[in-house]
Amino acid sequence: MKAKRLDNYGKINRDKILSFRWDKKNYTGFEGDTLASALLANNIGIVGRSFKYHRPRGIFSSGVEESGALVTIGSKDRRDPNVRATTQELYNGLEASGQNAFPNVNFDLGGINNYLGRFFSAGFYYKTFMGIPPFEWGRGTAIWMFFEKFIRKAAGMGSASVLPDPDSYEHAHDFCDLIVVGSGPSGVAAAIEAAEKKLDVILVEQDNLVGGDQLAENDFDNSQIKNQLENLGIKIMTRTTAFGLYDNCVVGLLERVTDHISAPKVNIPRQRFWTIRAKHIIVGAGAIERHIAFNNNDIPGVMTVNASKHYLNRYGVLTGKRIAIATNNDSVYETAQQLSEAGANVTVLDSRTNFEIETNKSFEIRKGCVPYNINGSKKIVSLDISKSENINKSETINCDQVLLSGGWSPAVHLLSHRGVKPKWDYSNACFLPSDSKENITMVGSSRGLWNKNDCIASGIAGTTDALNRLGISKTNYFFPKPGGWKNPIQPLYEVKYKKSRSKSFVDYQHDVTTDDVRLAHREGFISVEHLKRYTTLGMANDQGKMGNIIGLSLMAELLNKEIPEVGTTVFRPPYTPVSIGALSGRNVGKHFRPLRVTPMHQWNIDHGAKMIEVGLYQRPWYYPKENETLSDSCIREASTVRKTVGICDITSLGKIAIQGPDSTEFLNRIYSNSFSKLQVGKARYGIMLRDDGIVMDDGTSWRLAENEYFMTTSTGEAAKVMSWLEELLQTRWTDLNVNVTSVSEQWAGVSVAGPKSREVLNNCVDDSLVVTNNNLPFMGVTSTFLKGNIPCRIARISFSGELAFEVYVKSDFANTMMDLIWENAKKYDGCLYGLEALGALRVEKGHVTAAELDGRVTIDDAGLSKMASTKKSYIGSAMRKRGVLKNNDREILVGFFPTNLKETFNAGTIVCEKNNIKGQGIGRITSVTYSPELGHWIGLGFVKGGLDKWKDTNLVGADPVRNKQMNLKVVSPHMVDPKGERMYA
Amino acid sequence: MIRINCPYCGERDHSEFSYGGDATINYPSLDASEKEWTRAIFFRKNIKGFQFETWHHSNGCRMWLVVERSTVTHEIKSVKPCHPDLQKVVENNK
Ligand SMILES: [Zn+2]
Repeated sequence: MKAKRLDNYGKINRDKILSFRWDKKNYTGFEGDTLASALLANNIGIVGRSFKYHRPRGIFSSGVEESGALVTIGSKDRRDPNVRATTQELYNGLEASGQNAFPNVNFDLGGINNYLGRFFSAGFYYKTFMGIPPFEWGRGTAIWMFFEKFIRKAAGMGSASVLPDPDSYEHAHDFCDLIVVGSGPSGVAAAIEAAEKKLDVILVEQDNLVGGDQLAENDFDNSQIKNQLENLGIKIMTRTTAFGLYDNCVVGLLERVTDHISAPKVNIPRQRFWTIRAKHIIVGAGAIERHIAFNNNDIPGVMTVNASKHYLNRYGVLTGKRIAIATNNDSVYETAQQLSEAGANVTVLDSRTNFEIETNKSFEIRKGCVPYNINGSKKIVSLDISKSENINKSETINCDQVLLSGGWSPAVHLLSHRGVKPKWDYSNACFLPSDSKENITMVGSSRGLWNKNDCIASGIAGTTDALNRLGISKTNYFFPKPGGWKNPIQPLYEVKYKKSRSKSFVDYQHDVTTDDVRLAHREGFISVEHLKRYTTLGMANDQGKMGNIIGLSLMAELLNKEIPEVGTTVFRPPYTPVSIGALSGRNVGKHFRPLRVTPMHQWNIDHGAKMIEVGLYQRPWYYPKENETLSDSCIREASTVRKTVGICDITSLGKIAIQGPDSTEFLNRIYSNSFSKLQVGKARYGIMLRDDGIVMDDGTSWRLAENEYFMTTSTGEAAKVMSWLEELLQTRWTDLNVNVTSVSEQWAGVSVAGPKSREVLNNCVDDSLVVTNNNLPFMGVTSTFLKGNIPCRIARISFSGELAFEVYVKSDFANTMMDLIWENAKKYDGCLYGLEALGALRVEKGHVTAAELDGRVTIDDAGLSKMASTKKSYIGSAMRKRGVLKNNDREILVGFFPTNLKETFNAGTIVCEKNNIKGQGIGRITSVTYSPELGHWIGLGFVKGGLDKWKDTNLVGADPVRNKQMNLKVVSPHMVDPKGERMYA
Repeated sequence: MIRINCPYCGERDHSEFSYGGDATINYPSLDASEKEWTRAIFFRKNIKGFQFETWHHSNGCRMWLVVERSTVTHEIKSVKPCHPDLQKVVENNK
């Protein structure tokens, strides 16, 4: 190949010289170049090595279908592999390198694979997974396991940076009446027509300029079009790819905001991921020129005809000196003429024998000829040609470039995303889009129109179709007939090589040859979907944009069928690759999910809390003094609660206001225990079951008035319980007069626990009589005022097993409440306690939380049978004793002590019988803590048969993850104060 | 992306909603037998085509909705509130 830049061609800005590095050497290009055009202008032919055989690969195209020039851009944390050089805009300082080669693309040691080709044929990997015959017949895959890392290294395509991505990405949303994909003649005509009919239009173009294929015309000026579109108020989005169509006319776009800029501002995202909700979609995505399979059709210097036209007229690069063009259709002749006018020596080989074409006779046309074999390895030396009638080498012509046009494939990908199957058109030898029932219209060459006037007419017809479907107009319209060439195309997919071991490529990037397709057929992979997966044809970055049709035609020939009978594989989004960064947008690091804090969050931190994430909530974990460790602090806090008093933020609990005349009946139906006789001014602990009889959640409900309750739920299940109550009231029990409202954010809650809690609270309330044992007995509820006239709700509820109160105020008063209670608690040597101490206190008492109520546990399993009323029916009552749930070997809640009290254990430990330590054992430990009260480690968990069965037996705790084992004994889950005397004090 | 036309909020992305389940089940009374409940909870049809299903506008107005949706094309034919009284309100406001 002898490419060079011409002075009088191209639309690049020659006043602006850009320097860039390719494979560690410095080069220059111009503003308006792509990396590919700049490489060609510097006469660089080899830009990569192929996937399996490490064959030298050049630039095949000028667009998104590129399957050869995949390069790595950038370095360190900005290293981006598999970028198409043909769409990467050049910028000053761009750093790029070839892939899949060591030490470089010009001299690659991996090239030896080219000679080991028969070991790398179709299905190579699958066969290796199954054991390499004959060495491993029936003996597994040890050889694969051993060689895997070498094979993967040898057959990779670039490597991504493993460092954190330094760039930011953004999600954006928009709405419009009409979105037009593609700014070629048809798309522009559609957009203008729609804007003139007052539709709100977005025009999307993946290129940096509007114009589509017209950018390859030497006399095309796009500024006029751009002005016209802008004046009509059309939103033009360039450097933006519509990568997928989804339900309800939703379009996914990827906007490349800074990929073409050398030093982007830090506050600008690299890429933007758009979700567009349109009322109608018009797709004018163009068509893609196909290559032709023949021996050595991958040697650098092979290119599509249209690509060379782009390089000449848009970038001013003449891609060869002696150019052979092989074709089966009319589309190449204008390019042939322009190339020869630009100074190349051009010969056209046309497979057709009978046709007429007008040219200026500046180049030779050889009718009835096809390409047969390219001579050369790193560059083209000459081309063997054949008569199309009788395939065999007939002659050799000297050339440094071979341009191919095996026909055009309309880009039906986006329509295919919607499940609309394209139909084969014999006269144009391509798949054409079928009509869509959804509001999607295909226009231009993506519906098989090959001349510009037809494309423009189809754009206007497309908009009329849209207006009709949207009910805005009722106008007749018609689309021009597919086609538009003077002479019909003659199908030509492969020119068969007579010698064995041909390298006739169908899919350049994945090194799939025509022989691979034949092998797949011989081995029985005759469905196109199987063919694709077995050979990996069409599974590379380009997703078969160039090679798929060739593969299909070969399979059709082998099966003695027509192409439409063989069918085509389904295209799925994305049309071109979308980076993971763009998919995640801003939802990374701390912003990965929302963060919830309680109203006293800052107060907790100011008072020394170390925080921990529980679900979405930040909760105080422990409040270390000086050099205390977590364990020191937890032991001190838990002991203080049992000795004097402690204060704990419990705001994260779910809170639901239940109001209305049928509230009591409602609670009676959703809780397993009875609420019918709960008096005003009392609270009750309750358990909710699911329909299937498994425990859903537990919590308390406080009867504030005849028809008003205040419900608390666990932190983790709050949202689920709320939705559940709404579902029941809106779908099942629509006759109940009850209203439920989430008030979780409206109330700030604190637990005041310990023998001195009443004294502390007494000092905090306006009326000291309200918290006496008489006025506020165990499970009593009162609405009263804290000092300073702060309205509050107090219930005497205990999770820790001590005398304890839950106090709630409106969230705005959270800090005032904390200051007030803390000031008074200090007088009694009280403490602030966090989740760790809370956990220790509740495990000591055998109180269950989400760790125990994990969605598999029944009310009986949890040892709470007393909570299941036998006098009424409730949600889950019919199902809680069904089938396996009534087996008597179910795992029942118990407590665990290590037999040797000096030992520790972890949650997750599997409980086994002594000489039978295997599998899932007979139980599991769900929660553990050091018990300050007992002076050793204790655990809660489940064991088959429960306490009754294992009371005096030594069991074993197996912890294979931590490689630990200890002896255990089973005890009652109520490990401290089993009679609950402290609570009632 | 499915777009659901909430009778209260208007047309919104499905990410604002949570899927409920089969909207045609008549849940037995609470004192019904285990057998009846088993049938209601565990035996489901796998419909190809239009089906009635419940969706909760959980990130919106919190209304439970009956949506008539095609399991093949995602086409939505109708959206109504589950609660009959709310249905009436919507009808009257049309
Ligand atoms: Zn709504």
